Amino acid sequence: MKPYIREKSTFTFDEIPEDTCFEAGYLVTVNAGWRSVTPYVDTEKCIGCSQCYLYCPDGVISMEGKTPVLDYDFCKGCGICSKICPRHAIEMR
Amino acid sequence: MKKFLSGDEAFAEGVRLACPEVISAYPITPQTVVVEKLSEMVENGSLDAEFIHVESEHSALSCAIGASAAGVRTFTATSSQGLLYMAEGLVYASGGRFPIVMMNANRATALPWNIYGDQRDSLALLDTGWIQSYAENAQEALDLALMAYYIAEHRDVSTPYMANLDGFILTHTYENVDIPAPEQAKEYLPPYETNNRFDFEHPVNMGFSAGPETNIIFKYKEHRAFDRARGVIAEAEDRFAQVFGRRYTGLLDTYLTEDAEYVIITLGTIAGLCRNIADELREQGIKAGVIRIRYLRPFPNDEIAAAVRNAKAVGVLEKDISFGNAGTVYANVTSALQWGGITAPAYNFIGGLGGRDISADDIRDVFTKVQTGTDRLNWIGVSR
Amino acid sequence: MNASALDKNEYFYGHKACAGCGGSLAVRAALKVLGERAVAVLPAGCMSAVGFNFPQLCFGNNAIISMFAGTASMLTGVEAGLRRYARRKGYKDFHAVGFAGDGGTADIGIQALSGAIDRGDDILYICYDNEAYMNTGIQKSGLTPYGARTTTTPAGANIHGNIRPKKNMFEIVAAHDIPYAATATVGYINDFINKVEKASKIRGTKYIHVIAPCPTGWGIPVSDTVEVAREIADCGLWYLAEYENGEYRLTRDPKEFTSAEAYLRRQGRFKHLTDEDIATIIDSRDRKWERIRKEWK
Repeated sequence: MKPYIREKSTFTFDEIPEDTCFEAGYLVTVNAGWRSVTPYVDTEKCIGCSQCYLYCPDGVISMEGKTPVLDYDFCKGCGICSKICPRHAIEMR
Repeated sequence: MKKFLSGDEAFAEGVRLACPEVISAYPITPQTVVVEKLSEMVENGSLDAEFIHVESEHSALSCAIGASAAGVRTFTATSSQGLLYMAEGLVYASGGRFPIVMMNANRATALPWNIYGDQRDSLALLDTGWIQSYAENAQEALDLALMAYYIAEHRDVSTPYMANLDGFILTHTYENVDIPAPEQAKEYLPPYETNNRFDFEHPVNMGFSAGPETNIIFKYKEHRAFDRARGVIAEAEDRFAQVFGRRYTGLLDTYLTEDAEYVIITLGTIAGLCRNIADELREQGIKAGVIRIRYLRPFPNDEIAAAVRNAKAVGVLEKDISFGNAGTVYANVTSALQWGGITAPAYNFIGGLGGRDISADDIRDVFTKVQTGTDRLNWIGVSR
Repeated sequence: MNASALDKNEYFYGHKACAGCGGSLAVRAALKVLGERAVAVLPAGCMSAVGFNFPQLCFGNNAIISMFAGTASMLTGVEAGLRRYARRKGYKDFHAVGFAGDGGTADIGIQALSGAIDRGDDILYICYDNEAYMNTGIQKSGLTPYGARTTTTPAGANIHGNIRPKKNMFEIVAAHDIPYAATATVGYINDFINKVEKASKIRGTKYIHVIAPCPTGWGIPVSDTVEVAREIADCGLWYLAEYENGEYRLTRDPKEFTSAEAYLRRQGRFKHLTDEDIATIIDSRDRKWERIRKEWK
């Protein structure tokens, strides 16, 4: 589980809460538009060490077994994963 | 059970009956007795609460907000500079709709330093979104502690509540006070239930930002809660009368106003003396009346206008001044009169600052000036 | 604790922090250690500004913004309230965790933090230190290092940036005789994760001070956050340590330091430093380490 995009992004008067308390992890916009370069994992080179997963400030890399999987909706393209990878298996393009 | 108690002690008894679970407070004269009493109650086991010795008033309220966000009933108390130090937290608590109850011992604000009673502290913070009540005696103080939770926590209101007691004159003066039985208090005050809290089954994000698009909606709803509070205050008092047999009179307390031609409007403990003088004037054939405002927020606009409908002139007597204008209560009252189509002149009397005594003669003089007409703004006891 | 032991869930996600933000990495990693029963308190600052804009709410767990000065005091209230609520409803394990920046900790929030430690409240306070008020546009804080250029300590011909060293928050906190305090850096995330885990098992007040570079404020490429966060510890301008049971302990004692000059020169905020300025910084580093190695274990 993680915060995810909801279909409902605008709220009527009655739907706006009375207090400042609302469902956790409620997202209405993605961050993909921030990116000027995009990380791509070379699965041949990847050894599944999880460093990219550990160091991603946005948490967009998850490990499926030994393979890192990226959520491009929320990757900002910072390139930390590429820099941290001991096998240079992530290329920023 | 009857006990001889000071206002502070009576309020503490009321708080004990309300069973808050988290109390955070920092000492300041003349509030200290409340927190000392509550500490004793926690120590001797007659109050099952966490008493948190915070290191400042800012933290006292910040801590209460955190506890309220965890879904429990909270209490704090302060006075004067302490209340002002909390100011940021006041708007935070109200904006977040946390129904925290706070007792404020009304006290002068520095400089010059002064520990005695006036109402400049709470009136300076009238616009922070807290319900504000002003008690006249220790019994009312105790009863307001219970009603405060009823009103603040009511689903239609969910707004913090500041119960004001005149410093020393009320907080440190002893009276016979009836302390209700805990079973009665339980019957009166339901346990605190809210969705405005952390929830492990359905986690929430709280205290968030809201941009220009929605911000005004939150503020509108905050204001609407005050309109709803009017009805809830009436309900709280009806229920109170049913359970405890004591009846209160809503946002204001009127005395002989039905046919009054000259009415003094005031708040807090000074009302008693005003009523005595009104009696005196009635014996002389002068139709005098007194209004004691019990709630400054929500403000009794319609009630004031209705109560002075036969008045030829009105005087507003208050222990504060909004520099560069007039008294804050006066500004509110004249606005109510204008809304209510009341054209009788209203005069403002500023007195009692820094604990200066307001004597019977002072009140007589106020009534005389209201009858004869005077300056819009009058200072009691300032002779140049 | 290794990667596979971390909670798979993401609790800080979709936030609007700048690309390469060290602070967001610290928050994310800590929450993955603490899990779904963490209740996070964040004061006004970067992490609250980027994570809580209704209706975009980026914490997957219970979280709240506190007043700027009120991280620790609100944590106290949250912990006390949750404890009472848990008693009624039968909850067991939860963590009240705060994430405040350097300004929120060492400047405006230090009084409340000191009060909470003094009371021994059962809370975990994490200071993510990016060495200036970044949210408001890079102004000097009490944790801005000597020589750093900020928008309120401009580097000119007369004054070369900030003229005062960082407040020693770790030892200030430890001087309260806190049950557990630690320093960390997002550059060594495993070390940080282990310290968070250790702290989560200790009762009483816990404090972790984690260096979290801000590419915008530090003048480094967004891809370099982690590298720079390692270098600060490698070159000895930061140290990894713990305070526990009344004793200090280095958790990493480098045999040799890498070049502090290289660390400084790669950052825009230190570009203006003269050789003499750098010598001053290195001298101060060496004196600090001399003391640490003498007095700590």
